[in-house]
Amino acid sequence: MSPVTSTSVHVAPLALKDKLLPALGAAALGIVLLFGAGFAPLEALHNAAHDSRHSAGFPCH
Amino acid sequence: MPLSPAAAPARRPGVFNRIVATAAGAGIVAGLLLTGMQHLQVTELIRTAETYEAAAQAAPVAAHAHDHADEHEHGNEHAHAGAPEHEHAAAAAHEHRGEEHHHGGWEPAPGGERLFYTVLANISMAVGYALLLAAALTLRGKPVDWRAGLLWGGAAYLVFFVAPSLGLPPELPGTQAAPVVARQSWWIATAGATATALALLAWSRHWALKLAALALLAVPHLVGAPQPAVHGAVAPAALAREFVVASALANAAFWLALGALTGWLHARFNRAG
Repeated sequence: MSPVTSTSVHVAPLALKDKLLPALGAAALGIVLLFGAGFAPLEALHNAAHDSRHSAGFPCH
Repeated sequence: MPLSPAAAPARRPGVFNRIVATAAGAGIVAGLLLTGMQHLQVTELIRTAETYEAAAQAAPVAAHAHDHADEHEHGNEHAHAGAPEHEHAAAAAHEHRGEEHHHGGWEPAPGGERLFYTVLANISMAVGYALLLAAALTLRGKPVDWRAGLLWGGAAYLVFFVAPSLGLPPELPGTQAAPVVARQSWWIATAGATATALALLAWSRHWALKLAALALLAVPHLVGAPQPAVHGAVAPAALAREFVVASALANAAFWLALGALTGWLHARFNRAG
């Protein structure tokens, strides 16, 4: 039996419940931005982001 | 430096705002850096491929017009009746091909306008990726610095560039490919599977989970990326290879920068005080 090591409190000052919603909200915002730049089928968005899509390896055309 | 929970809301921005501030800072800088990197090689290769694409599309139109001209010469006495018809047919064919190429709709003018929208798209993409990265760092809750951020950036490079590129290499304009929705689905599934597998490999304690992670890494590639019925490209193969190398390098630099910046800013904004 190895002794239970105490986790240091100051490393994770936030409880999961306090950061889960904000983190998921921020991730959702990130997905919206990525969708617009890399995946949206709208022609104008495709043409505006054309060079970015090709260089980032997003499926294009 | 433990922070008393009661003091936290009053003394510093909330969790969401800290993630957004981290991602905005890291994304804008890395997006600009990516644009610079692209300018070294990547964009030039795209422009070159487009000249091949345009030439390939212009050729059939010219042949078509030539046929009509022959017919027209043959029926010499109907010259005046034939000419407008011929012009109309050639113009229609040309317009149609133009639509195929540009997908119709607005597009930025070459030069400054096109560059402006590329910068905009790069920054949107970079801030989007940085939001995912900063959200993951927040949920993980371990202290990070720019070096730890480099590791996260390297892992994200494997997830979002290397793994999808193994099945769907970055393509020059004018390359034959499977329907775009099928490729996008495979791309997203592959990135998701690779991210899950890397997280399991890094953090799971049980050997069975690590074994499952290795299997998960392989699954998308065993299933295989959607392929076109007929492979083909208008640009030479050497140009395509050069493009894969150039974009692999530009994206590697981008991800290492984005990871390091996100790790550094995350540490700054989440320091107690």
